[in-house]
Amino acid sequence: MAATARPGFLARRHRSYYFFAWPALVVVGLVIIFPWLFTVWMSAFDWKIGSVAHYVGLDNYSGLIRNQRFIESIVHTFYFTLLAVVVPLLLGLAAALIFHRRFPFRGLLRGVFTMPMMATPVAVALVWTMMFHPQQGVLNYLLSLLGLPPSLWVYSPTWVIPSLVLVEIWHWTPLVMLIVLGGLAALPTEPYESARIDGASEWQLFRYITLPLIAPFLVVAAVIRTIDALKAFDTIYVISQGGPGTASETINLYLYLQAFAFYNVGNASAVVVVFFAMILALALLLLYVRERAKWT
Amino acid sequence: MDLTAAGPARSAPLLGVRWRRRLRSLGFAFSVAVIVSPAILVFLWMLSLSLKNEIDNLAYPPVFLPSPPTFNNFVQVFAENSMGLYFWNSIVVSGGATLIALAVGIPAGYGIARAQAHKLTVLILIARMTPALSYLIPLFTVFQFLGLNNTLTALVITHLVITVPIVVYIMAGHFETLPRELEEAALIDGGSVWTSFRYVALPLARPGIVVGTILAFIFSWNNFVFGAVLAGRATRTLPAAVYNVLTFEQLAWGPLAAAALVVTVPVLLLTIVIQKEIVAGLTHGGVKA
Repeated sequence: MAATARPGFLARRHRSYYFFAWPALVVVGLVIIFPWLFTVWMSAFDWKIGSVAHYVGLDNYSGLIRNQRFIESIVHTFYFTLLAVVVPLLLGLAAALIFHRRFPFRGLLRGVFTMPMMATPVAVALVWTMMFHPQQGVLNYLLSLLGLPPSLWVYSPTWVIPSLVLVEIWHWTPLVMLIVLGGLAALPTEPYESARIDGASEWQLFRYITLPLIAPFLVVAAVIRTIDALKAFDTIYVISQGGPGTASETINLYLYLQAFAFYNVGNASAVVVVFFAMILALALLLLYVRERAKWT
Repeated sequence: MDLTAAGPARSAPLLGVRWRRRLRSLGFAFSVAVIVSPAILVFLWMLSLSLKNEIDNLAYPPVFLPSPPTFNNFVQVFAENSMGLYFWNSIVVSGGATLIALAVGIPAGYGIARAQAHKLTVLILIARMTPALSYLIPLFTVFQFLGLNNTLTALVITHLVITVPIVVYIMAGHFETLPRELEEAALIDGGSVWTSFRYVALPLARPGIVVGTILAFIFSWNNFVFGAVLAGRATRTLPAAVYNVLTFEQLAWGPLAAAALVVTVPVLLLTIVIQKEIVAGLTHGGVKA
């Protein structure tokens, strides 16, 4: 092509496309990058909205280390995230294997299965709140049909996080399914044919061919799920408000209270910075695993 | 090719091949039912709650089918609360934020695709990882300073955090797939970079624009926390209103379920239009497989 023969021409043309991005960069600078920087700056101040800010350096951060409630919120967050990543990953993989096969009404059923993903989280959380109700809730009725004792669900400090994870599983298993389904669709056919000729069982086909080949997709799903589970807010806030007591208070919930119940902006900003560092670290860790691991 | 499908029975069957096959497909149908039913049942339960009177809603064991179905819950929610206003607020906020995002995001997506400026998409990925609350605290303080809290303007600006990255990401991906030859022809014929964008690339990008618009609108519509914090009594968006105004103390289950249905049905309808592109929207593909 002419352009490749004249690199100067190409470079000049590349640069002339930059101006298309300028309006968006201005907007992104104002609503995304500015808040990042402002947050870091605010985290160095003892500042409640409506009062004068005092520069305190890193005191907000050192205060967090000694803050029992904050430390507990980290534990809750990681417990919630672990469950809300692993279970949807397993179920999503199973669902993808099912939807990869051909059967009547597959398209329609897949559409139905993915509905929860897009539903407004607050609306759905309200319905789950009613379903979790210990006396009139439909879930305890279903338990009784199975001959199981009723549960207090989100009213029990022990069960509140697993119950919230149940909503999260319902909401996001479809996303894992769709990502893995994309991986299954891209599988080559030859390895299966030769393995079948060699007498491999269905399980061996799955374990030694399918699983290694779709592993990268599982990692992508795990990264996305980890980010989203760490960030989960709407469902927890609507269903349990972090309660009973602080039994389901995650970092995000703690953050919300600090910022918008106590208007403790400086402290909340420090929490944001620590929180973001955690999300980034976990995402990078998972991506590193994906680069390094051998899946066979 | 159907790869994971179970092959024909191998060993000598006691039951006969046909029966084994039938049992297998029965088992398969059962697993499909198990995996799909929770998805649909929650929505059906929402519908059922919204169509029953309060006595049936609180009955134990639960009444599953409304008999007779009543629309009183919907009437009550719209009559006794400003649901119409909240609905309109949501349309203004999500619509406004989506339009602005399209105005700046379509050219940006084009610029990124044609200038091969892929580093800019890393920004989008980081934005995807940042908790929504961390935008809210600084923006809240700034709006407080500017006296913009409790206004729809503040909400539209904040919702740009959601809509702009989605539109830029979807459009960049879409423009990448368009052939460059047509634009090059326009350039050789003496057109400017702008004309080749406006009259060649843009008309071809319509499918991508539809997807970007719908995804941006849905994610903005579904957002709860921005409205919950920044909106005043009269400027609440639907999700914030459903939580803040229609609480369990004031309202019975029926009207609440009806309100929840009103919030989420528009989104489910839009979802049907873009089934296949949803994944790209939710992952912001920054992490591609």
